[in-house]
Amino acid sequence: MINLEVPKKAGALINQAYQAAAEVFRPISRKYDRAEHTYPSELDMFAALLDGLNSSGEGGAGAAGVRRSGSDDSAKGNRNGANLNVVLGTIEMCWGDVGLLLSMPRQGLGNAAISSVATDEQLERFSGMWAAMAITEPGFGSDSAAVSTTARLDGDHYVLNGEKIFVTSGERADAVVVWATLDKSKGRAAIKSFVVEKGTPGFEVVRTEHKLGIRASDTAVLRFENCRVPRENLLGTPEINTATGGFAGVMQTFDNTRPLVAAMAIGVARAALDETRSILASAGVPIDYDRPANNQPAAAAEFLRLEADYESAYLLTLESAWMADNRQPNSLQASMAKAKAGRSVVEIALKCVELTGAYSEESLLEKWARDAKILDIFEGTQQIQQLIVARRILGKSSAELK
Amino acid sequence: MAAPRKRDAMGWGLSALTRLAGSKVVDRAGLRKPLEGLVTAGTRNGFRVAGAATRSFKSVQKLGKPARLTPAADTGLFDLTPSEDQQLIVETVTEFAAEQLRPAAADADAKLEAPEGLLSRAAELGISLVGIPEELGGVGTERSVVTNALVAEALAHGDLGLAVAVLAPSAVSTALVSWGDEQQQADYLPAFTGEHVPAAALALQEQKALYDPFKPATKARRTPKGYQLDGVKALVPRATQAELFIVSADLEGRGPALFLVESSNAGVSIEAEPAMGLRGAATGKLHLEHVNLPAGALLGGGKADVFAEVVRLSRLGWAALAAGTAKAVLDYVVPYVNERTAFGEPISHRQAVAFSVADIAIELEGLRLVTLRAAARAEQGKPYAREVALARKLAVDKGMQIGSAGVQLLGGHGFVKEHPVERWYRDLRAIGVMEGAVLL
Repeated sequence: MINLEVPKKAGALINQAYQAAAEVFRPISRKYDRAEHTYPSELDMFAALLDGLNSSGEGGAGAAGVRRSGSDDSAKGNRNGANLNVVLGTIEMCWGDVGLLLSMPRQGLGNAAISSVATDEQLERFSGMWAAMAITEPGFGSDSAAVSTTARLDGDHYVLNGEKIFVTSGERADAVVVWATLDKSKGRAAIKSFVVEKGTPGFEVVRTEHKLGIRASDTAVLRFENCRVPRENLLGTPEINTATGGFAGVMQTFDNTRPLVAAMAIGVARAALDETRSILASAGVPIDYDRPANNQPAAAAEFLRLEADYESAYLLTLESAWMADNRQPNSLQASMAKAKAGRSVVEIALKCVELTGAYSEESLLEKWARDAKILDIFEGTQQIQQLIVARRILGKSSAELK
Repeated sequence: MAAPRKRDAMGWGLSALTRLAGSKVVDRAGLRKPLEGLVTAGTRNGFRVAGAATRSFKSVQKLGKPARLTPAADTGLFDLTPSEDQQLIVETVTEFAAEQLRPAAADADAKLEAPEGLLSRAAELGISLVGIPEELGGVGTERSVVTNALVAEALAHGDLGLAVAVLAPSAVSTALVSWGDEQQQADYLPAFTGEHVPAAALALQEQKALYDPFKPATKARRTPKGYQLDGVKALVPRATQAELFIVSADLEGRGPALFLVESSNAGVSIEAEPAMGLRGAATGKLHLEHVNLPAGALLGGGKADVFAEVVRLSRLGWAALAAGTAKAVLDYVVPYVNERTAFGEPISHRQAVAFSVADIAIELEGLRLVTLRAAARAEQGKPYAREVALARKLAVDKGMQIGSAGVQLLGGHGFVKEHPVERWYRDLRAIGVMEGAVLL
């Protein structure tokens, strides 16, 4: 039966995440925006709580929740499971602070990658580990098939060489999931991901970046020089299968993480709208849902436009997660959600600053407007999402629609 | 109806009025033909004719209390899968829209009327019956706003104007089910479950800049016997055909109220009002001049919350219609941009074209979901004013954006009537204007 409300059973999880966002994240939000590169030690206590949620069997609120295990495939009918829960939890937490969520120990995108493609043995071995994700290089961004970091098999080890940039939590995480090619001449199929633990010789954190927003989250430049990684740390299959394209395996991670990034955008957008609604109300501009928008003050009409975009992005995000829960292919919907949420959060947060005049650091609105921009960039830019959606809708290959 | 004969406007009007004079004494079967004549007469601009002759709505034994549909159950789970019943209904309606509405759309747009027999075939689908409780001769057991939204969407995929024509009577029957008292239900609903569903229309719209449906210029004042209405309602679907209207009017300065007005009430006249689009819906102006109504004509007790619900459920209908027509645009441009070549390759190989198509798909999916959420909340008896407002905003903005992109993607070919995109462009502009006419 068609129903687009959050599942009743997620109520407790949502409330916990909201409490954490309001009581843990918000009070320290400005502090770590100013103190860029300082580790938010307040998060350690809280991370333990999340670990507890993850192991509770309720699908958890963190990155590990994106795993598509085959065990419950026997269940019939409509499922509201881990993917939806993760998205709902992420929205609440990012309503608190998206930079701090990205800094949550053991909740990195690397953890999502491990959850998505690791074997059961690997999942067990890497459990409890905080894993960052290293894809981008100085020479490429969106074109992830252009990986130039190499991995050469040498006995029981792969030897990694190359440089990675824009690695979220690259300094703080226990390990990094690194994309590297086994053979550059074989193209996408030769690209594999490797779990490289911190302290492995030849693995160096070069520096951390100064950024427009999400300053609580560290963004690192990493270098690998003859870095020897145990061969069993390769995620997925080591075979280079150009026919079926092993690249699909690593790309599959994105189907699971894009709804998460969309959820982050929803959280920030909701924060900005909540704050703006209350500021406008105290300025004598309430939002009326029955009166035609054009008959209301310009600020109220503008708010309605923004809230409509928010609602659209929110439901697209829930849809993509719900489809994952129900084992339906969701690449198209995940990209739609990411595209809509990414562009909407930027528009919403920036417009909220304009409407409220909250440009100074006294308000978090200016911070959210800065934080928002990355959400339309990482895990696939706006343009990449449009490209994916267009190829699917038009039935075009990447060779045809470049 | 016989093949249309050539007549000038004056001839049409005279003919129609002459036939009308005799219509009150003929039986129902004899009544159909003159009424059909009136339809066409009313579609010519500038001519005002009396409203369609009303059948004598025969009251059946009234129930002890009004019959209502109960709210739908809440499963507590997020779910986007339609029920089996809904899938069946949507399949049927989609087929009907593809086979009956789409091929007739261009002609209906040009002739300002639905083709002969189309609307009665649509009525045979039983679209109104789902919203009428079993006690009153329908097949409904609970509120089915989601089903209604899916039906509206499927019809509008065929044609928006004809979809409005098809759905117009059920706006009235649904309002009677939700807010009619036992007498009003007994008087009017049997006709909607019978063989010949009457044309009927929910008339909220007025021609005014920044029109606010909560502040109608149409006035109602109390009289010793009931009410007297004065004013003009605009863009009323199937206005000349309609035998029964639900009209909004300000009740002595105390806010909007709804009244049941039969087309045979003295002081009711219809003026054709062809518009930019929705032309298959044969829109017209409804003139009300000292229209005296009995006390029993007031619907929903004149309560403010009833009126707000009518406005919201109507806007929801327009959002669902917008989603259907926007989908028609998407389905049309995809093969076009794949087949059309320029500079040696399909134009869909260019990002400027491909991204426009992607954005249509993204905004359409968002609009659909927001509309469905509002519909699901409404049928479960949850507050839904916010969700409807957001669905309407998206339907207005994104619907028009999609309509415009549809023409743009076809370039000059989109501007000529060889392709339907120019009609969808005109039709989708209606979403931002229309209040009333449909109701889920």
